[in-house]
Amino acid sequence: MTAATSTAFDAAPRPTFGEWLDRHSGRVMVLPAVVILLCFAIFPLIVSAYLALSRFALAPGGFTLRFIGLSNFRKLLTGSQQYHFLGTFGALGPLQWLLLAVAAAALLFLLARYLLSGRATIMGTIGRLTSVAVAFGLAAVVVLTTAAGGVPGTLVTTLLYVFAGVLVQFLLGLGLALLCAQQIRGRNIFRVLFFVPLMVTPVGIAYTFRMLADMQKGPFAPLMRAFGISEWSWATEAWSARLMVLVGDTWQWTPFMFIVLLAAIENQPRDQVEAARLDGASGFQVFRDITWPAIAPTAATIVLIRLIEAFKIIDLPNVLTGGGPGLATESMTLHSFIAWRTQDLGGSAAVGYMLLFVSTVVCVSFFNFVVRPARRFEA
Amino acid sequence: MSDGRPLARKLFEPAALDRQAPVAKAATYGLLLLWSLVVLVPLYWVLITSFKLPGDVTNGPFYLPFVDFTPSLSAWNFMLLENNTLQPYVNSAVVALASTIIAVLVGSLAAYALVRIRFQVKLAAVAIFLILLVATIVAVVTFGVAWPVAIAVAIALFLIALLTLTRRTKLALGNSDVEFWIISNRIMPPIVAVLPIYVMFQQLRLLDTQVALISTYTAVNLPIVVWLTRDFFAGIPLDLEESAEIDGASKFRVFFTIALPLVRSGLVATFLLVLILAWNEYLLALFLSNAEAQTMPVLVSAQNTTRGPQWWNMSVLIVVMIAPVVVIASLLQKHIARGLLVGAVKG
Repeated sequence: MTAATSTAFDAAPRPTFGEWLDRHSGRVMVLPAVVILLCFAIFPLIVSAYLALSRFALAPGGFTLRFIGLSNFRKLLTGSQQYHFLGTFGALGPLQWLLLAVAAAALLFLLARYLLSGRATIMGTIGRLTSVAVAFGLAAVVVLTTAAGGVPGTLVTTLLYVFAGVLVQFLLGLGLALLCAQQIRGRNIFRVLFFVPLMVTPVGIAYTFRMLADMQKGPFAPLMRAFGISEWSWATEAWSARLMVLVGDTWQWTPFMFIVLLAAIENQPRDQVEAARLDGASGFQVFRDITWPAIAPTAATIVLIRLIEAFKIIDLPNVLTGGGPGLATESMTLHSFIAWRTQDLGGSAAVGYMLLFVSTVVCVSFFNFVVRPARRFEA
Repeated sequence: MSDGRPLARKLFEPAALDRQAPVAKAATYGLLLLWSLVVLVPLYWVLITSFKLPGDVTNGPFYLPFVDFTPSLSAWNFMLLENNTLQPYVNSAVVALASTIIAVLVGSLAAYALVRIRFQVKLAAVAIFLILLVATIVAVVTFGVAWPVAIAVAIALFLIALLTLTRRTKLALGNSDVEFWIISNRIMPPIVAVLPIYVMFQQLRLLDTQVALISTYTAVNLPIVVWLTRDFFAGIPLDLEESAEIDGASKFRVFFTIALPLVRSGLVATFLLVLILAWNEYLLALFLSNAEAQTMPVLVSAQNTTRGPQWWNMSVLIVVMIAPVVVIASLLQKHIARGLLVGAVKG
């Protein structure tokens, strides 16, 4: 944007390159990052959108792309791939109706509280309506596919990895951080040791846990024999296979929660803790009234970071179980990858876009309704 | 401990306010040791398996080297000398280091500008850019226009629009909008972007090269660098930079000679975190490399042969892969924790 402002300043000497650079330094400094992201994020995103709306076929001497509108998405949500993506729906029993009613009531209550608070705005209402609709949709799919006769698809499996995994990792990380924050000898050793699993490549973790869980030759084999279950295999049953993936993921990511929460706990106001102790407060009271408020913003943010990353899981299920038995442990990224391998490029891109949609709504909702209030709470 | 309290009270009540009662202390140690076992057993098992002969693995579990089996270097010999492990190892190291250096440099430069220099990007320019981008893609994919031609035309049109149309508009994006956009790119699952990136490198004849991996890794890790380093820059006092500017130093000079050295420890944390992510990355390498540029995670996952996984060989690969990062990260663990904390508090 150099030479256009001419006439009025014709008398002044033209700025040298160095001066020009300095005047526009803000934009120039950001430019490389923006160009990289445009090439490797925005451009591929648009091409992917195009792929998701077309049918890809190999043809002599290359390939053809035919625009077919939303039919890739229709196939996933209501058509021939519904069993794969959403899952097979089971029968609606009284328990399922109850769960759906509870979910609907809770979401409507939150929505009504916002609308009646007197601070409702148009954008805020639209955002909350979207969040509530997506949340109820996901809850309904989870309830229906886990009912009797139902089989969860890749969407439900991914949600399980994300929500159950992150919750367990957070609680374990918090517990370990609280233990390690005590005045005990050797805490630095524990601190370094607990940090290690975060560094191990997920592919390596998958193989390691396959070795450990080997019923005949693994280290726990004598134990299995003692219980008489050495003929049983965790890999042949859906829930034990899913549990195995969760165990591997938890082993790797608990350290992340642990080190950040430990650093946050050590940053809490020392004098307040000591004063409370002198007044006879119990450990639990100190945690509830001092430690938790001090670490809540950090806790909310690292949970958000984990949510973002957890939606992308592929390496563990791919190596640990190959997505099986059936498609019990298949995550959405793995689903998309398998579709790509079978030359179904349109279907692959459509699954990718569904993942993008779900993870964006979940993460943005979490940011707006959990992280932001937690930060305001502190301030 | 001769303060005359009954034994039960001695066990359950702390002797001083900042101490734990003996029972609580024992419980703390017990739980910490339990988790230490959870961490160590898998690592120990991988390590000893790498020294086992095939027979030691298949004939049931053996636990202690020299006691119930004789350690052997045969798997190490096979993987490191006979099998081509060195090439993927070098690939991994080159790709991880190069992409991390570029990402940290480009990312911290952007983060510094976003924190310190006010600037605006015209909304109209962004809109025109996106429209032209979509038009180019449609032209290439549906109408078969050669891509170099399409890109040249699009760039020319964009420059013309920039110099004429966008000057008349007022709406603009500020620093925080640009920053939010950069960081939010991390939410995008890589699987959505990887297909077009694959085709792009195929067209450029760069598939299965280190260049392809380095540039893609740089892009996926850039948001993390910006997100972490912006808080480091926001945390340093303004005076030094201002006085340097009064003395006539350019913004670039201030950045490299004053701002960067001040956030050294934060940069170390960011560098390590991104390095670990790049070193362990799997999905993108799976798509973009197959023989020449293959990285370690892909090599490890490819060990699942038709005869079933060869645990002893695989364990060697896992050990050589995690050893360097574990050593580096253990030494710098405190830096990483502090770096993540700063990012997570302000985020």
